[in-house]
Amino acid sequence: MVRQEENGLVSTLPSNRHRPEPRPRDASPDQLESAEVSRRIRPAPPRYRNEIGKFGIHRGPQCAACGRCVDTCRHGVHVRPEGYLHVMRPYDYRCIGPGCGDTGSYCIDACPHGALKLAVNPVSETMGDCRWTPDLLLSNWAMAETGRPPGNHLESEVGASGGGFDRLRFRFPDSPPHGLSREDISTKLLLNRRGDSRPRIEIDIPWYGGGMSFGSTNLRALLGKARVAKAFNGFTCTGEGGYPERFIPYKDHVITQVATGLFGVREETIQRARIVEFKYAQGAKPGLGGHLLGDKNTPSVAAMRETVQGVSLFSPFPFHSVYSVEDHQKHLDWIAHVNPRALLSAKVSTPGDVDMVAVGIYYAGGHIVHLDGSYGGTGAAPNVAKKNIAMPIEYAIGRVHRFLVDEGIRDKITVIASGGIRTPADVAKAIAMGADGCVIGTAELVALGCIRCTACESGRGCARGIATTDDELLAMVDVEWCTQRLVNLYAAWRQMLVDLLYRLGLDSVSALRGRIDLLSHLDYENEA
Amino acid sequence: MPAKYVIHHKTAKPRFRPIGKLGIVEWREDCSGCHNCVKRDCVYRLYRDEADTLRNEVGYLDYIYQCKGCLNCIQNCTKNILTRVVNPEFRRLGDGYYTPDLILSTWYQAETGKIPVSGAGYGGPFSGPGFDSMWTDMSEIVRPTRDGIHGREYISTSVDIGRKLPHLEFENGRLMDDPPPLAETPLPVIFDRIPLHWNRGAVMSAVAMAAAEIGTLAILDEASLRESGGSLRSHAIPFITAPHAATTDPAEAATLAMIPDGPDAMAVQAALKREHSAEIVAIRIPAAPGVAGRVAELAQGGADVIQLAFDSHGRERGAAQPRHLRDVLRDTHTTLVREGIRDEVTLIASGGIAAAEHVAKAIICGADMVAIDVPLILALECRLCGECERGQPCPIALEEIDAGFGARRIVNLMAAWHSQLLEMLGAMGIREVRRLRGETGRCMFFEDLERDTFGRWFGKRKTDS
Repeated sequence: MVRQEENGLVSTLPSNRHRPEPRPRDASPDQLESAEVSRRIRPAPPRYRNEIGKFGIHRGPQCAACGRCVDTCRHGVHVRPEGYLHVMRPYDYRCIGPGCGDTGSYCIDACPHGALKLAVNPVSETMGDCRWTPDLLLSNWAMAETGRPPGNHLESEVGASGGGFDRLRFRFPDSPPHGLSREDISTKLLLNRRGDSRPRIEIDIPWYGGGMSFGSTNLRALLGKARVAKAFNGFTCTGEGGYPERFIPYKDHVITQVATGLFGVREETIQRARIVEFKYAQGAKPGLGGHLLGDKNTPSVAAMRETVQGVSLFSPFPFHSVYSVEDHQKHLDWIAHVNPRALLSAKVSTPGDVDMVAVGIYYAGGHIVHLDGSYGGTGAAPNVAKKNIAMPIEYAIGRVHRFLVDEGIRDKITVIASGGIRTPADVAKAIAMGADGCVIGTAELVALGCIRCTACESGRGCARGIATTDDELLAMVDVEWCTQRLVNLYAAWRQMLVDLLYRLGLDSVSALRGRIDLLSHLDYENEA
Repeated sequence: MPAKYVIHHKTAKPRFRPIGKLGIVEWREDCSGCHNCVKRDCVYRLYRDEADTLRNEVGYLDYIYQCKGCLNCIQNCTKNILTRVVNPEFRRLGDGYYTPDLILSTWYQAETGKIPVSGAGYGGPFSGPGFDSMWTDMSEIVRPTRDGIHGREYISTSVDIGRKLPHLEFENGRLMDDPPPLAETPLPVIFDRIPLHWNRGAVMSAVAMAAAEIGTLAILDEASLRESGGSLRSHAIPFITAPHAATTDPAEAATLAMIPDGPDAMAVQAALKREHSAEIVAIRIPAAPGVAGRVAELAQGGADVIQLAFDSHGRERGAAQPRHLRDVLRDTHTTLVREGIRDEVTLIASGGIAAAEHVAKAIICGADMVAIDVPLILALECRLCGECERGQPCPIALEEIDAGFGARRIVNLMAAWHSQLLEMLGAMGIREVRRLRGETGRCMFFEDLERDTFGRWFGKRKTDS
C-alpha cells in the first residue's frame, strides 16, 4: 500500500477483496424482475450480518452446547441448524428482553450452565432521534422482516417529540360492538370524489408512497416502492427526476410528478399516469426548491433529466408560472387536456393560509390536495428550513378539514396528509383529525435499512445504499428484497390499522375521518 | 439596484480537534483476526489509513469528529465486536440553551461558511421554549416566495441605525427638516461587547476585523479601543461608561457611540453629541421586568437607538420568573407602536441570539436588528467549558488565536447566517429585512396554533408543571 501511495496509485475505492457478497443476493441483481407482485408475507431477513436489536445476548465460554436455549426460545434467538453440534451466535436482535422472564421461554433462566447474559444493546440507544426513536426504528424493521406487528417490548406507536401525534391517544370503547369482524373492515381509500367524468380510483389501503426522484434514490429501492404499490393496489410517485423506463410495468400505480424544475416531464409521462401530481412545495424544505448535488447527477440521471452530467441541479421555487389561483387553474387545465383520464393532485406545504390554498385547489379542478407537513421529507434540506419554516402537519389537517367543511366541499376532494407519518397509529390519528389518507416516505426507507443518520448528501451518498446513485453502494440492495420488505411492512400496517378500527368499533377507515371525539390529548383536559 | 451583498467565505479549519458526537469502539476482546476488517470498507474512508499510516498525524480529521454513524462497520463485523457510542465529551458540551448540536453546527459554519444541510427530515422536538415555539411562514401560490439564495432575486438585509423623523415637512416644495444621521449595516447583526473572561489576546481584534470585512459594526470597550491604537476604529461602536472622563479619544470620530442606561442617560447623550463628535448615540438597557416602559420613556425623550440586553439565554434579568426575549420584545414593540413612536427609534436585541433563525425570529418579534456575543466566541472554537471563568487554562488557548484566522472564522459564520436569513426571508416572500420587523403575521406561534387546533377539540391545556 505504501509503495502504491508513493507511485500515486492508491485506489480510490475501498478495499473489498475479502468482503463476502452482501445478502441476500440473486445472481444478477439487475435482471428484470417479474412484473407480477404478490401481497404474500415472506420472511425478509435484514441484509447485515449483525442486525441491531434492543437487547444483546452474550453466550459465555460456559456453554456446553446442550441446546436447552434452542428448545426454550420462541423468538428465534437461539438456532442450531440441522446436523450441527454447536448453537449459532444468538440472533439477539429478535430478543424481546427481560419481559420474556414471565413467559416460560426465557433462555437466561433455562440455561443450566448460566452461560447466557442479557443486556440492553448500547448501539440501540444511540440510534434515532425524538421523532424516530430507537423503538420506532426497531419496530419498523421487525414489521419489514416478518410482516407482523412488532412485539410489545417495543413502543411502536409514538415517538418522543413531546407534541402532536406523540401526545395524541385513541379513546377506545370498553368493548367493540357486536357483529363486527376484522375481515369485514374496509381500508379502502377513494381518490376521486368530484363526481366528474374521470375515473373513480379507489386504492386498497389509506396511504401511498411519496415522491422520491430518480437521482436522489437508488432505482432498486424505487422499484421496490412501485412494486409494493402494485401489490396493494396503491400508488407511488416518481418525484421530480423523470419517469424511468423500468417503472412502465407498474404504470397504473405510479403517479407522475410535475415539479418546478419540470425534469423529465414529457407528454408521454403525463399520458401514462392515472394521477398527475403538482408539487408546489415540500415539507422538508418549505419555501425552497429541490437540489440534486452534482455528484449524484450521473450519466443516467442526466439523461433522464435532460441535463449535463455532474452539474448540481436546482429546482426553482415556486413555479414561476403560478402566482395566483387562476394561474394554478391554467396549470391544471394544461395537464387535464394532455391526459383526459388522469386525476389531478396538488402537493403543498403547510403555511398559515394552507386552508385557503386547499380550497383554491378544489376550485381549480383538483381531485386531491396533498398537505406535506414540515417534519417529513427524505431528501437533504437546510436544517434551518426543516426546523423553522411552516407548521407541523398536525395543525394543518384540522384547519383544512374544517375550512373545507365550512365551504361545503369537504366530500368533493380527497385530503392526503404527509410529513412525519411513521406508524399506522399516525395514519389513524391523521384520519381522525380530518384527512382521508396519508402519504409515507421515511417509513418505507427505514424498512429498507435507513437508520436516519441524516448524512444522505455526504460523500458518495447514502452509506446504506438507499439514497445514492453510486454504483458500488447501489449494489447493497436488490429489487426483490426491497419489494418483500415493503410488502411485509404494508401488510403489518394494514393488520394493525384493521385491529385499531376493530377496537374502535368502526367498519371502515372512511368512517374514522374527522372523528376527533375518538382522540384525546395528553396535555389537555379533554373537556371541549 | 445596489450591488448584491455577498459575504465571501473561505474554509478555516479549526486549530484544535473538535469534539465529535459519535465514535466506534471495539468492546469485546474477541477479534477473530479474519483479515476482513469492515472498517476498511467505511464509505467515508475514515479507517482507510488505519492499517498503513496511522503513525502519521491525521490532524483534526479525527474519527470521532468525522464518524457519520452509518453503522456499516458495526453491522458487518464478522465477530460483532464493534459498537457505537455517543462521545461523553460531546454530551458535556455547552448547556441546555447552547446545546451540543448547536455548538457543533456553529463550528461547522465557522469552518466552512456553508448552511448546515442534512437529510431525512427534522428529528428534533415538536416545539420548545422561547424561539423554538415559533414557526416562520411561507407561501406557495399567492404572495410567492423570493428566490434570493440562488441569485435570481434581490433580498436586502440592510438596516438603518439611528433616529428617524416621524414625518417630513415641506414648504414650497422644499424639505424643511434636517434628517438625523443614520448608520447603515448590510446585515441586521452587529457584534456585542465580549464578556471580560473571553476578552483575551487578539479576540477583540478578530471581532473588529470581521466586522470591518463584512461591513457591520462591533461594540468595543474604551480600553480595547485605546489599546488597539485606533486601528479598530472604523467599524467600532465605542462603549462609553464615563463620558466626562472620556477626554481622550474613544468617541472621537465615531459616528456611533453607546452608553449604559442611567437616570441621566438623555443628558449624557446630549453631552456626547455636543462635546464629542458622536452623531448617533445608542443606550444599552438591561432587559429587566417592566423594561418596555423605560424604552418608551427614552424613545419619547429623543433616544436614537436602544439596545435591550438579555442574559446569555435570552431571558429577562432580575426576574423571579424571567420571560424570554420573544415575549419581552413583542411587548416592547407593541408599546412603542401604541405610543406612535416605533418608527423613530432603532431597537437592538442582544443576549440569547444563538443561531441564524434567532435573528429572523427576534426581528419578527419587534427588534430592528440583533447583537451577538456567544456565537462569535463559539466561532473561535470555544467549548463553553467555563474553565476561563474559574481561572483555569483554556483548552483551545483562546489567548493565542491569530486575529486574521479568528476574523475568518467569524466571517464564515456570518456568511452562513446571511444565507440562512435569505432562505427564511425568501420563504416568507419578504424582499427586505426592514419589512420583517414586528411582522408577526409572517410567523406562527405555538400557543396560537395549539389553541386554534387542539384547544378547540380538547379544551384547556394543562398548565405546565
